[in-house]
Amino acid sequence: MKIAVIVFPGSNCDFDVYYALKEIAGIPSELVWHKEKTLKNFSGVVLPGGFSYGDYLRAGAIAKFSPIMEEVKRFAEEGKPVLGICNGFQILTEAGLLEGALLRNRSLKFLCQDVFLKVENKNPIFLKELKKGQIIKLPIAHMDGNYFCDDKTLKELIKNKQIAFRYCLHNGKIEEENIKANPNGSLYSIAGIFNKKGNVLGMMPHPERYVEKILGSRDGIYIFRSLKNFLMG
Amino acid sequence: MKYNEIVSLKDALALGLSKAEWKKILKFLKRIPNYTELGIFSALWSEHCSYKSSKIYLKKFPTKGKRVLQGPGENAGIIKLDDELCVVFKMESHNHPSYIEPFQGAATGVGGILRDIFTMGARPICLMDSLFFGSLKDQNMVYLLNGVVEGIAFYGNCIGVPTVGGQTSFYDAFKDNILVNVFCLGIAKKDEIFYGKAKGKGNAVFYVGSKTGRDGIHGATMASESFEDDLKEKKPNVQIGDPFTEKLLLEALLEIMKGDSIEGIQDMGAAGLTSSSFEMAERGKSGLVLYLDKIPLREKDMDPYEIMLSESQERMLMVVKKGKEEEVLKVFKKWDLDAVEIGYVTDTKKVEGYFKGEKVIDLEIEPLVSKAPKYKRPYKKPSYIDELNKEEDIKIEIKNFEKEIIEFLQNPNISSKKPIYRQYDHQVQTNTVLKPSFDSALLRIKGKDYGIALTSDVNPLWCYLNPREGSAYAVAEAVRNLSCVGAKAIGVTDCLNFGNPENPEVMWQFKESIEGISEALKFFNIPVVSGNVSFYNETSKKSIWPTPTIGMVGFIKNIKKVLNYERGKKSSIYLAGEGELRLSSSLFSFHKGILIGRIPKLNLKNEKKLCKFLLNGFKSKAIFGAHDLSEGGLLVSLVELSLLLNSGVDIKFSKENEILFLLGEGGSKALVFGEDNKIESLSKILEVPLIKLGNFNENLFSIKTNNFKFEIPFDDLKDLIEKGLEKFME
Repeated sequence: MKIAVIVFPGSNCDFDVYYALKEIAGIPSELVWHKEKTLKNFSGVVLPGGFSYGDYLRAGAIAKFSPIMEEVKRFAEEGKPVLGICNGFQILTEAGLLEGALLRNRSLKFLCQDVFLKVENKNPIFLKELKKGQIIKLPIAHMDGNYFCDDKTLKELIKNKQIAFRYCLHNGKIEEENIKANPNGSLYSIAGIFNKKGNVLGMMPHPERYVEKILGSRDGIYIFRSLKNFLMG
Repeated sequence: MKYNEIVSLKDALALGLSKAEWKKILKFLKRIPNYTELGIFSALWSEHCSYKSSKIYLKKFPTKGKRVLQGPGENAGIIKLDDELCVVFKMESHNHPSYIEPFQGAATGVGGILRDIFTMGARPICLMDSLFFGSLKDQNMVYLLNGVVEGIAFYGNCIGVPTVGGQTSFYDAFKDNILVNVFCLGIAKKDEIFYGKAKGKGNAVFYVGSKTGRDGIHGATMASESFEDDLKEKKPNVQIGDPFTEKLLLEALLEIMKGDSIEGIQDMGAAGLTSSSFEMAERGKSGLVLYLDKIPLREKDMDPYEIMLSESQERMLMVVKKGKEEEVLKVFKKWDLDAVEIGYVTDTKKVEGYFKGEKVIDLEIEPLVSKAPKYKRPYKKPSYIDELNKEEDIKIEIKNFEKEIIEFLQNPNISSKKPIYRQYDHQVQTNTVLKPSFDSALLRIKGKDYGIALTSDVNPLWCYLNPREGSAYAVAEAVRNLSCVGAKAIGVTDCLNFGNPENPEVMWQFKESIEGISEALKFFNIPVVSGNVSFYNETSKKSIWPTPTIGMVGFIKNIKKVLNYERGKKSSIYLAGEGELRLSSSLFSFHKGILIGRIPKLNLKNEKKLCKFLLNGFKSKAIFGAHDLSEGGLLVSLVELSLLLNSGVDIKFSKENEILFLLGEGGSKALVFGEDNKIESLSKILEVPLIKLGNFNENLFSIKTNNFKFEIPFDDLKDLIEKGLEKFME
């Protein structure tokens, strides 16, 4: 069992994810350069946050052409776990592995702050350690996190239980129009979604930043621990 | 003018050199220089590069200590943490570029200071910014504030180095010349440091990073001139930043530095290829031959003058050990970066530059660097000092207390800086233990029990009224800020922002300020290891207030065991410390439009006593948390404490002069909370005066005195204090 953390030029949360997985969650992990072409020795993959290719053109738009992405696609089709965090989520939508797009924040400004998330659905790979309806606190740090998709897609996402997290207030209340409850203005307050099969998760908040008490919260550990338990069978 | 044309006095004057300096050049060269060579003299002899007006004063700073591995004079200073690791840090200004083009000016300021750190082999782990603007009543200031903040965010966020703290102040003295001071700190292994030295005859000189363009030509000279009315013309002097390229450069270099192929390396910062080549050769006591045709260019037909003086960003000059060239090139190729061999090291003590087969530069290094002019400029005490420094304190009548306080809390100098730091990624790299808004930022070091704390401080209003004591206060407050999170100061970097040094009154402010800082640092035994002087912060003959920003780094032995804010909510709130309080020179009186009266007396012994009390208190678990008193006095400190703990407070006291007690400023004081008994007995042992003020109170912020009452639901207070700045940044 080993997880690949992909390093794109401009990734900057690669080491943070690697550290959280390996040192805190205790999952064997390796940093993998984007020019690699195989993920043969890995059982899971994480696309970390950052500014791949400087976010030039559009966040995630160039990284989807990196050599490793063909292999990530194949990996996802095989039903293996793929987690995209922040810029990783943006890359997954650009690559067509997840639906919708991440637009510029409603405030048009970069936002680095804590958010509350409501766990919207169950998932055996990433959310096993969390209950549906549970509220967790994680940080966001992005310029383009405003999730958007068309009406039909949104209906599908809801129907297929593909929504992982929604932004909410500390008491769990979801208010799409309230900037305190939905800081980047995401449609339906969406903070993270799955693919149809549930083996690909993209999320804007950073679970790797909150896995140790000293940094203020440990709520991110649930996601990594779920993944570990799933991989260990 | 053509690059190889012979120049005259007129050309020298046009490039900012004086008549005496021109004569000095002729004497050194024993011939007349060409235009490219003159450009090199003008850049290296500029105030920005040569420190010609400040050098004799900077010698007064204490620079030695048992933790000091590298003092001033290199790309950055180095302080030892333990037998394995050290911190590498420096602060620099990017004032003029940020005023002309706020976004790019601030962004490239961040880019430049980052390069200073990672050229030494250190991984940058945090940034801080100290920003000074004019009043936000001015629409142009709103534009500059937003531009600067977005520029810092653009660069720091992209490259993945957290911006963990800083300072933002608004005084009209900065309305025509804002200040953008950027601090960066990196971590390195003590035995794997790289220096800006060109050594080893025959070693290849490599140019790495972005291509050279026409941006920023003569930026260093621009930084050494006052502003007149030709600002728009100067836009092309501002560099353009590319954080993505810098991120690649950072990763590539740190990868190469794991091996043994680099002899020396330096950032092409101010004065670009000129300063990096001359300074590296000077430190290596060597010489360089450069082939200027080989420099990768972004624009066509650039000539040697432009190539030598361009300040295009994200470039480095590197001397590679013989036989290791391929190793280096391989890594740069992996990261898709340009790396080109452009020359070699000699032992001639000269820099020689060739262009299209013609020798266009033939300059000895010594006259340009170590023998650059040094001035003891005349100084004179300004007349405003005695006019403003009235001994008698002012009295302030307050009719509607609540209304006035609500207004005051929305003054951008007081209100929450969250609308600013929310735009900075302050958590990337997952080391940030205390986020912005605390007295100091606190970072853990992965794999170690200890951590480091950082703060930057200066009160320009006080430095204006009394440059010497005001500057000493900046040091004292920085020490106090570190103590408030349980950290002991280990080193300082500074960014000294002043007006025109040719004005004797400015020179007096500078001299006084340096003396104040030196005295305070010697008293606390803290060394200066790096820094920057920024003169000519004046527009149309009007100088800024003297602003010596102090960036201080602290060490905390066991980071996991120190702070316990959550538990603190059940304890009492105490005011610890002592010292003279005054309303004149307080932010409240400034807010009311009153600027008269001396600043409160500083007693460094009291400061030391308070800091000892804080550090001992944390260590013995008597104190769970603390917050210092500074701008805005006790009232603002209570509001900030309340926000830090996310809880209201319930404060009651009676005093003879309640306004002075609440809003006056001065002395060495902090709010503390923890185990009541232990705090009280520690204060007795260490003889630190202590006053019990009240308790924490979940939902209500309440201050009651004999004559005044201020009560507000905690949630409303939170909104109120954010609104002050928020409304300018939406």
